[in-house]
Amino acid sequence: METIKLSRRDFLKLSAATGGGLVIGFMLGGCDRQTATSAQMPGASAAEGQFTPNAWLTVHSDDSITIRVGSSEMGQGTLTGIAMLIADELDADWSRVRAEHAPADKAFTNPIIGRQHTGGSTAIRGFWNIVRQAGATGRELLLQAAAQQWGVEPSECQASKGEVIHQASGRRLRYGVLAEAAANLPVPDKVFLKEPDEFVLIGKPIPRLDTPDKVNGKAVFGMDVQLPGLLTATVARCPVKGGRLKRFDAKQALAVPGVQRVEAISGGVAVIAEHFWAAKKGRDALHIEWDTAGKDGLDSAGIEAQFKAAVDQGLLERDEGDLDKSLAAATKTLQAVYTAPYQAHVCMEPMNATADVRADGCDLYVPTQGQTSSQETAMRITGLPREKVRVHTTFLGGGFGRRSEQDFITDAVECSKLAGRPVKVIWTREDDIMHDQYRPATYNLLRGGVDAKGRLVAWEHRIAGPSILARLYPGAAKDGHDRTSTEGAKNLPYHIANLRVSYAMSNTPVPVGFWRSVGSSQNAFITECFFDELAKLAGRDPLQARLELLSEHPRHTGVLKLAAEKAGWGTPLPKGRARGIAVAESFTTYTAQVAEVSIEKGAVRVHRMTCAVDCGRVVNPNSIRAQMEGAIVYGLTAALKGPITIAAGQIQQRNFDDYPLLRLDECPDIDVHIVNSQQYPGGVGEPGVPPAAPAVANAVFALTGRPVRSLPIRLGS
Amino acid sequence: MLYLDVNGQRHELAIEPDTPLLWALRDGLKLTGTKYGCGIALCGSCVVLVDGKPVRSCVMPVSAVTGKKITTIEGLSSDRSHPVQQAWIEEEVPQCGYCQSGQILTAAALLERKPRPTEAEIEQAMREVLCRCGTYPRIRTAMKKAIALAAAKGKEA
Repeated sequence: METIKLSRRDFLKLSAATGGGLVIGFMLGGCDRQTATSAQMPGASAAEGQFTPNAWLTVHSDDSITIRVGSSEMGQGTLTGIAMLIADELDADWSRVRAEHAPADKAFTNPIIGRQHTGGSTAIRGFWNIVRQAGATGRELLLQAAAQQWGVEPSECQASKGEVIHQASGRRLRYGVLAEAAANLPVPDKVFLKEPDEFVLIGKPIPRLDTPDKVNGKAVFGMDVQLPGLLTATVARCPVKGGRLKRFDAKQALAVPGVQRVEAISGGVAVIAEHFWAAKKGRDALHIEWDTAGKDGLDSAGIEAQFKAAVDQGLLERDEGDLDKSLAAATKTLQAVYTAPYQAHVCMEPMNATADVRADGCDLYVPTQGQTSSQETAMRITGLPREKVRVHTTFLGGGFGRRSEQDFITDAVECSKLAGRPVKVIWTREDDIMHDQYRPATYNLLRGGVDAKGRLVAWEHRIAGPSILARLYPGAAKDGHDRTSTEGAKNLPYHIANLRVSYAMSNTPVPVGFWRSVGSSQNAFITECFFDELAKLAGRDPLQARLELLSEHPRHTGVLKLAAEKAGWGTPLPKGRARGIAVAESFTTYTAQVAEVSIEKGAVRVHRMTCAVDCGRVVNPNSIRAQMEGAIVYGLTAALKGPITIAAGQIQQRNFDDYPLLRLDECPDIDVHIVNSQQYPGGVGEPGVPPAAPAVANAVFALTGRPVRSLPIRLGS
Repeated sequence: MLYLDVNGQRHELAIEPDTPLLWALRDGLKLTGTKYGCGIALCGSCVVLVDGKPVRSCVMPVSAVTGKKITTIEGLSSDRSHPVQQAWIEEEVPQCGYCQSGQILTAAALLERKPRPTEAEIEQAMREVLCRCGTYPRIRTAMKKAIALAAAKGKEA
């Protein structure tokens, strides 16, 4: 056993250091079936002094256990994963565990992000120790409660599957019976965390807790929230980026049966109605004049020209050796321009939010990745203090970074404030695609050189593109650097003696945001494809060339070898097929993929994707597999399907006809292989995305001999 | 006043006749298992069964389905016992879950029409429903399981 010594003071100090009250609790008596709310756990926000019930878990007198999860379930399995960590240390009976979304409370602050927020593939790695300690504290208290009752030492007792057992006497007590006594005990001085070989749940392919409610329509997404007196709103937004509302005529909209009000809000013009169809028809009937002067000249070609003009003026991000000298001395050199387009998130559930603003408080019912941000958005608009804004997180019909944003929350709070009633704002799919915060488009100049022995001796990557941080957190990007733009490029793992990476921030009116795997999603494409170009220049096998330059990176090497072996790298393929390989580290997880492709009817057909992933210690292999499968499909859509383009200041794509997603009959067979690792857990939600596009592009390069330098992949371009 | 026969129950609705069935179900009957995804019959999240056939409820005016038997995800079974639901649970198909009502009803309609579909027929039917989480590989596996479960159930009966 790993002993974590915690005096009560330390316990609370630790809580403070991780940004939240590390508290567990036992809720008892007549109201024990009732879910704890933030109002019932005031101590969760107190800095010190007392052991406060009900942040992470509740043991009910009927033995059932409720685990509250601060991260948002958007498909990645976090409700199950976090619950497993707690339940394992608690030695709970898993069949009696249910998990639910926690309220917004600093007890649930994500220690990596510093807010209650789900993003950056951080839930498991951020909460790995905190929530296990919460579970272990519960176990310790239940052991003590049983020992006291029996008049024996706690060390003589064992916890297992929701019971405390006294082996010597054969006595047993269920957790439900012990809950009341446990709740009255002080926080233990120390808690024991299990050694890995003691894990009961961690590492097992435990079925997800939310699956049953997702096969019968019972799961409540933001879109499904029902409240007494609820109104529904749509918002007309200016189609031109940077344009503003000039005037509108609401007469015809108000004539639509069911439309109640038409109001200007910060996002545009809101039509508030009794139900969606009235709100939609009302919006269609609006006459709006937008002020787009000076904003309607923006287009994709102009944006690319802006990036191109900036690319040589970048700030140095990394500079090793003597790049210019090494390029001059190289036997062969290569220069290439790589571009990546804007991409939209396109969650299957279009953006929506429900707010109930009253004079004395505000309730948000929201599919959000950011509880703290949502709360603060409502505080800003309503003027209410934090404790008066309650956040009820629903299931998220996809997130991918899009639901970190506040635009849809803002709409709902403003509409409810104006209407004086609860309002659900629903974005149409067209709103969702035309008013996203897109993955940044970038323009990249790459130069490389190989020596007479075929060794890669020089590498330069100049990036130009817009900054996500400059839009969201201007202070964090005011020096011209943005780590989200350079991740996946700056940390190029290959041992190349002369290496330079630069970044030129070049912002445009097109808003950019976090898109599943962020900078790595495109930098992996650019770096891994340019690597294959250089390997070919040197006459080397792409896998061997990588392995030789990764001797200091055993985890990259491990996944590359595993993926290559499982994919049969180097073995013959049917005529017309080829393989490509790519590797990337992102969110402290290592992923390699091998794509097998052919060209059918003039288009790329991906037959098979073989994925190896090293995400450190495995919590739930089933979830890891699902995330790799899903991330590959996500990455393939971006590799193969339409980009987001701009003309006359507007996004040109509107719905799935002009912004198609990969469909089932285009989906390759996907094999996922997980490295058995004892390392600290890494992220899982995003790291499957980055290698997908370059693995496919490299296979196309191998097949056609022509490098793929822009996405989506277009043959013959 | 319009009448709808949904999941074996007759409902009366005061609603504009051009309202899509999707919004009649969601806003009128509070049956929220049927999802809005695109509004133009491209994504399949809104699929319901009308007289046993999969229909895109987002473009189907409610006036066109009065008197027809409508089945939504809530009515596929009372206890998740439909072979497709069972297979979906066993293969752990859903991630975010938003599109799964459409996936499951599309799959159920295929198996109703064709208890032993070929692989090509499965691909053809299931390509109609988009999933952004990328559950396609598991849908394929679950379809095979659902076919076997349905066959076994048929033998029992």
